[in-house]
Amino acid sequence: MSQFLQFLFSGLTEGAVYAMVALGFTIIYNASDVVNFAQGEFVMLGGMVTFFVNAAGVPLPLAALLAIVVAVLVGLALNKLAVEPARGASVVNLIIITIGASIFIKGVAQLVFDKRFHRFQAFSGDEPIRVLDATILPQSLWVLAGACAIFVGLWLFFGHTLAGKAITAVASNRLAAELVGINTQRMMALSFALSAGIGAIAGILITPISPTSVEVGTLLALKGFAGAMLGGMGNPLGAVAGGLMVGIVEKLSAGYLSTNYKDAVAFIIIILTLLVLPAGLFGKVKVDRV
Amino acid sequence: MLARLSRHRAFGLLVIAIVIAVAPLLFPSTFYYRMGTAIFIAALAAVGLNILMGLAGQVSLGHAGFYGIGAYAVAVGPASFGVPGWAAILIGLALAASVAFLVGRPILKLRGHYLAVATLGFGILVSMVLTNEGAWTGGPDGMSVKRLVLFGYVLKDRAAWYWASALVLLMGALLAVNLIDSPTGRAMRALHDSEVAAAVNGIDVARYKLWAFVISACYASLAGSLAALSDAFITPASAGFLKSIELVTMVVLGGMGSVIGGIVGAAFLESLPQLLARMQEVEHVLLGLIIMLVMIFMREGLFPTLARRFGRASP
Repeated sequence: MSQFLQFLFSGLTEGAVYAMVALGFTIIYNASDVVNFAQGEFVMLGGMVTFFVNAAGVPLPLAALLAIVVAVLVGLALNKLAVEPARGASVVNLIIITIGASIFIKGVAQLVFDKRFHRFQAFSGDEPIRVLDATILPQSLWVLAGACAIFVGLWLFFGHTLAGKAITAVASNRLAAELVGINTQRMMALSFALSAGIGAIAGILITPISPTSVEVGTLLALKGFAGAMLGGMGNPLGAVAGGLMVGIVEKLSAGYLSTNYKDAVAFIIIILTLLVLPAGLFGKVKVDRV
Repeated sequence: MLARLSRHRAFGLLVIAIVIAVAPLLFPSTFYYRMGTAIFIAALAAVGLNILMGLAGQVSLGHAGFYGIGAYAVAVGPASFGVPGWAAILIGLALAASVAFLVGRPILKLRGHYLAVATLGFGILVSMVLTNEGAWTGGPDGMSVKRLVLFGYVLKDRAAWYWASALVLLMGALLAVNLIDSPTGRAMRALHDSEVAAAVNGIDVARYKLWAFVISACYASLAGSLAALSDAFITPASAGFLKSIELVTMVVLGGMGSVIGGIVGAAFLESLPQLLARMQEVEHVLLGLIIMLVMIFMREGLFPTLARRFGRASP
């Protein structure tokens, strides 16, 4: 039992990061129908920029803030320079453009930083906290709290602010949104900035637990993507649930089955879910009009 | 005469065959034979994937999985079971085809992003098996591959591989060109445009999608086998996510639905790292940049865009 709880805690922590990546996917997907494969690079930038700025002598909170700003700027540039000019391109083209962007960002990061793994100290120490029969790292609580804060913040933003409602409007019908005077381009930029910021925060929170390098983005993006799919593409609540589930299943299978295949189990479950529930757990089945 | 010839569907291939035959005259060193071999093998996989993506309109982000199956068939078969190399190629083909058949049946019901993630998952599963079953595959470090022996002749000379892989590529491309204009190819094109319209016209949509998937898997497997045999070494990276992306990029860069385009895309993407070798630091930066630029400004891919500019319809 205590073992199960232990796996559950670490799964939740990992899953919270996937959920944040999945949320980033969802926000951009809703606003622009683009599946942004460069999403993982925002997480990487969050961790890497924080580490190097912190190592240069800047206090951690300030370094983290700077990392978020950098990621947001990269997100805005990605939208302006790569996604906007490609308006109307096919799904495959857009997927390849964002994969190209991901390779590009990774390449630049490698030039600016290095190829090694880095971590910085946990925010409130490394002393494990006992919960029931298991222990949890204080940093895990930071990750979970950060994720919760983002979920609540997004919920308030999309439900209760004009800009949030405008993005929702663009997501549901772009043309109609334009007709009522919403600046759809600005809303797209906003959604890229938002999801880049969320990715960076995820990267900053998780780096003290699992070290970061320029290479971590790809697998994070894939698992976050998988989480978003599992929950039902385009559904924010589904993205959170899907991301958490991928994290938990991954840690449970690593604990009980095999660490070698922990990444595989996540994908097996995703394939099975897609085959049984093609629209994901919480997605609506799309009906095509002929 | 020339005008009639230039309208023939295999005309482009003829041009490519001539280029392949003449190119060695300009090679300053045997290194270029090796580069040519790498291009032809990648092009073979791209031509196959183009049947699935360009013709039938289905995405696969996991085709390196089949490439890996072919590669490891010729590595593990001779090493662990004493199967001759040529037989191992056939075993790899049979294995890839049956896996594609079994996986394709359920997966091809999915569409768009969902199909993308399912095939992506499949590819990652294959590369994970290859990485983790170290007793057979040598694990993440890879394994060496026994040289191919054909009719008592050991195929290891760089020039020999250049001609052999060129021959296989041209045969594969000719097959693909003929497939496009066959009833099967027309059915695939029809379901690409509209599945409903195709179904209404009596086309068994699921069956033709599956056919396209299996055929493209065979191309990928054969390419994987040839790559492993010509390099005499193989690592699980050849079945990895990045390899899948490379294959898709070749198809889309070169031009979806165009056999020549697939070859052009492969040549472009395979020679790029060689040309950039002197600037290894910025290789990835430039690769990412070029992929983005071509996709944004030449959406149909290099070959169809350029072909139109110079006034020829793409074959």
